Amino acid sequence: MTRLTAILLGLIALAVPLSLLAGRVWIDPANTPNAAVILMELRLPRAVLALVIGSGLGAAGAAMQGFLRNPLADPGLFGIAPGAALGAVLALFLASRGAGIDTAHVLPIFALAGGAGAMALLVLIAGRSGGIALFTLAGLMVASLAGALTSLVISMAPNAFAMGEIVSWLMGALTDRGWSDVWLAAPLTMVGIVLLRLAGPSLDAMMLGEAAGRSLGVRPALVQALLVLGTGLTVGSGVAVAGIIGFVGLMVPHLVRPFTDRRPSRLIAPSALAGGLMLLLADMVVRVLPLVTELRLGIALSLLGAPFFLALLLRMRRGLA
Amino acid sequence: MKLRARSLAVERRGKAILGPLDLELEAGTITAICGPNGAGKSTLLTMLAGLENPSGGAVALDDRPLAALHPRERARAIGYLPQDGDIAWDVSVRNVVALGRLPYRDATPQSIDAALAALDLLEFADRPVSSLSGGERARALLARVLAGEPRWILADEPLAALDLAHQLALLDVLRRQSRNGTGVVLVVHDLAVAMNHADRVVVLDKGRVAADGAPQSALSAEIIREVWGVETSWQGKEGAKALSY
Repeated sequence: MTRLTAILLGLIALAVPLSLLAGRVWIDPANTPNAAVILMELRLPRAVLALVIGSGLGAAGAAMQGFLRNPLADPGLFGIAPGAALGAVLALFLASRGAGIDTAHVLPIFALAGGAGAMALLVLIAGRSGGIALFTLAGLMVASLAGALTSLVISMAPNAFAMGEIVSWLMGALTDRGWSDVWLAAPLTMVGIVLLRLAGPSLDAMMLGEAAGRSLGVRPALVQALLVLGTGLTVGSGVAVAGIIGFVGLMVPHLVRPFTDRRPSRLIAPSALAGGLMLLLADMVVRVLPLVTELRLGIALSLLGAPFFLALLLRMRRGLA
Repeated sequence: MKLRARSLAVERRGKAILGPLDLELEAGTITAICGPNGAGKSTLLTMLAGLENPSGGAVALDDRPLAALHPRERARAIGYLPQDGDIAWDVSVRNVVALGRLPYRDATPQSIDAALAALDLLEFADRPVSSLSGGERARALLARVLAGEPRWILADEPLAALDLAHQLALLDVLRRQSRNGTGVVLVVHDLAVAMNHADRVVVLDKGRVAADGAPQSALSAEIIREVWGVETSWQGKEGAKALSY
């Protein structure tokens, strides 16, 4: 275990108890009635879910930046998150049309199916060549197609209430999530992170370019498959239980990279831990902020992420100048 | 130990850009591939390295087709140095060189240190690559290839962007490798480098082998006129010839 890993684990160990106590109502375990129930059934699953989803986003972002050899890459580029969102929106739409489905159970399945559909489309278009440019374009195409279809479904919502419900779900949040969400997202995310980690050595070799990577025995098509599957499982399961939460996958690898030796393979595990930590802290902050309604986690992170992205661009521009 | 191309042909969008050609390369020698821009030199090198499948024919390493080898086995046998020396992340020199061990799934410090030492890079080992000069960077990238201890080193214009002293130092390293039995194949633009440092020169023109043999015969004034369309003559003594035009 590296020192960075140890520090991140330590910070998580400090943040989890704090996040259990923090909220609109601060819990004093000794005096709050039903404190045990609130902690075990509401706040603990929410904290665990933040760690799980954040770790998936962080790991996917790190692997993605390594694969595309671009520090501005984000797992959202793959089109998998929009695909999963489309599936979820479709489930909400069908429920609003009185299809008699229980969204709590069906929505995650629809979302995972949407994510899987996006993955299949991605691989189908990008083919087995493993070329990075084609792959990026295919991802953008899938993302924009899924986005357009999502808008179409929203526009067909039977009434304003249903439309509002869908739009609000899309914003991403961890409100009122329970253990069933954890049991769905956690195993899929863990498998996803393992797959991304398996691609690590190949991602290292590809820092010298595709040709040099191939000459070192890297099979780009295999790396691409690991990345699509790994991102699909981490990001797809995250969207399935919490909606779209952007920018974590972009920001976290950046914040972590200076503390590593900058090899993509060494960035994936710390980014997973830091992603979990970031989402846990962000979710704590949105709960504590004194607003009339709780600020949506997805919105909060985008508000944080956009200026971060801009700062990054400015720094890169200076570097190039 | 032979690297052999048989009826090797590459087409892109229906247009033939290489071959069909036959070529047999011997280990323990330095072969220079020369030719005008667009002659297919880099394509030939990629095919010899087994990085892409040809449209026709095949490349075989000791009579085993490259396409039939496991990518890792091929990577252990053939080291390839691409022309663009891009390194996407600002890692240390040691970590760049360590990538050469990837086909072995080990990162034994001895082989990495040996490669660093061969290119006089030990003092730079822990420096980030962004702090290197062009010459140091080129050496680090060649050290990456040497760390894998390949039986063949295929390098695409390894001397471009290097000053004279660094060119000679790099050629010296490659010469030592070939003396130890490694097959060295270089794409070279500078005909004087090919003339003075290669054991054999293959001249490509429009995807075909226009000349093949000892430097003196393959780079004769007649062939240079025929292929490059330039009137030239070689001046100076053996091993230090210069092209005048």
